Amino acid sequence: MAPALSARRRGFTWPSWLQLSWSWRITWLYLALVLFLPLGALALKAAAVGPSQFWQLATSPEALATYRISFGLAFVAALLNGVFGLVIAWALVRCSFPGRRLLDSLIDLPFALPTAVAGLALAAIYSTNGWLGAPLAALFGIKVSFTWLGVAIAMVFISLPFVVRSVEPVLEALEHDQEEAAWCLGATPRQTLTKVVLPQLMPAILAGVAQGYSRAVGEYGSVVMISSNVPFRDLITPTLIIQKLEEYDFASATVIGMVMLMFSLLSLLVINGLQVWGRNWEANPAQGA
Amino acid sequence: MRSLLRSFSKALPRPSAAVLIPLIACLYVGVIIVLPALEVVSGAFAKGLKPFIENFQSEELRSAVLLTLRCTLIAVPANTIFGLAAATAIARRQFPGKALLLSVIDLPFSISPVVVGLMLVLLYSPTNGLFGGIVSSLGWQIIFSWPGMALATVIVTFPFMAREVIPLLEEEGWDQEEAARTLGASDWQVFWKVTLPSVRWAVVYGLILTTARALGEFGAVAVVSGNIAGQTQTLPLFIEDAYKQYDTELAYGAALILGGVGLVSLLLKLVVEQLMGGVKESKPIN
Repeated sequence: MAPALSARRRGFTWPSWLQLSWSWRITWLYLALVLFLPLGALALKAAAVGPSQFWQLATSPEALATYRISFGLAFVAALLNGVFGLVIAWALVRCSFPGRRLLDSLIDLPFALPTAVAGLALAAIYSTNGWLGAPLAALFGIKVSFTWLGVAIAMVFISLPFVVRSVEPVLEALEHDQEEAAWCLGATPRQTLTKVVLPQLMPAILAGVAQGYSRAVGEYGSVVMISSNVPFRDLITPTLIIQKLEEYDFASATVIGMVMLMFSLLSLLVINGLQVWGRNWEANPAQGA
Repeated sequence: MRSLLRSFSKALPRPSAAVLIPLIACLYVGVIIVLPALEVVSGAFAKGLKPFIENFQSEELRSAVLLTLRCTLIAVPANTIFGLAAATAIARRQFPGKALLLSVIDLPFSISPVVVGLMLVLLYSPTNGLFGGIVSSLGWQIIFSWPGMALATVIVTFPFMAREVIPLLEEEGWDQEEAARTLGASDWQVFWKVTLPSVRWAVVYGLILTTARALGEFGAVAVVSGNIAGQTQTLPLFIEDAYKQYDTELAYGAALILGGVGLVSLLLKLVVEQLMGGVKESKPIN
């Protein structure tokens, strides 16, 4: 029995670096096929373009215009949601009012609603004969749908939940004692807010803003429906990539895609850093500062 | 808006922050989120129920629904297997580079869906892809065809299951698995009878998120599909196309189905959260 077993074992053995359990093998194989291979293809194709041409294509006037729209408007949207996300999180955690639980569930709607549906709804509602677009056009002469303003609105919509959901747990964990102590020491409500509460919420707010920003920059589905997709006016970078592919300009598409990929990796680093900062702060506020 | 409210509040007997803050929160959410959601419902039924039902006779809409389901039915089981394998491999073990591996698994969440689609084109396009030669000599068609779209859906949705199951499995100890092993259970038996039941709610949660996102994926699929009506159009692409062709009612009808699925997934998520013991979580689906 024993010799037979060892013989069978000798018949086939995995090389030592491949002696992994089945779960590891499936994990690596899947990651290789689904993630590393496509990432590698993009990197290889981008490298094949060559540095000088890469720079030229990445900074063509058309591409620069889309960066301004994508990165600029996403920044505005993320900041706006930073402010209002804080207000909403405050309302959800610190205030009791009728409809609080409903408001809480509604926050997740931009996560749950497919982007095509969101885009359709936003384009319709802000068009010149929509519920919000009509009064805006009549009163102020502002056109929202099919302009850069519409792009900004779509970005606000899809990035709204991030700050709320990132601030909520931190605000819940915040102890009332500190605020009471500040109060007893004679701090005004404003001082308590700016000197005691806000500094502790800052890492969570920034992490939420960064997540929302990264999401808004990469968003395609809802923006493409509300934008007129005209270069230099309201064309976002992801749509430019698609247009380049449709023109069979693979080099430009690859280069601009690589720029976006590098931005995603950078923002992932920043978000992770902010979250570590936030956790350190919770563990030891003095050192975190 | 806020300054308007503030000046308004000075004229009236001064309302406290306890009133003002919820009011601002509700107004903002109302304008940004609730009104658009209502618009879809009202738009779909704008001309009554009859045209809404008639829309579903459309051959193109039906084929879009079927293609969406096909991509989802490929992505969800594949990602469930990966998620469970990755969780059993990674969770509860400490090894160098663990945090990095977890970030790598999360990567599809931070990459723009359009870039995901672009990567697939650069890999499998018969004319410009890295594997274009192999793919066309085998007679396969991946780009501008459903396999590419299914693959795009898989990539965009694969982190959901893994990132739901891993933290839960990390909380559970090794004790039960070790007990089962001492009693003579095989690896496979331990997985099916001990590990899987202990994380069942996380798996259900992951299934809901993966399915919802797979059904609604737009950007990645749009790049790969070529958008041929009746052939390579999923439901989200169909909505965009119908809207651009001024076939507004058809667009709204399709949007109502897809939005309904999104709402159902949100409700299911809340139910599962209750069952899991009121743990509040919120993660992006779309």
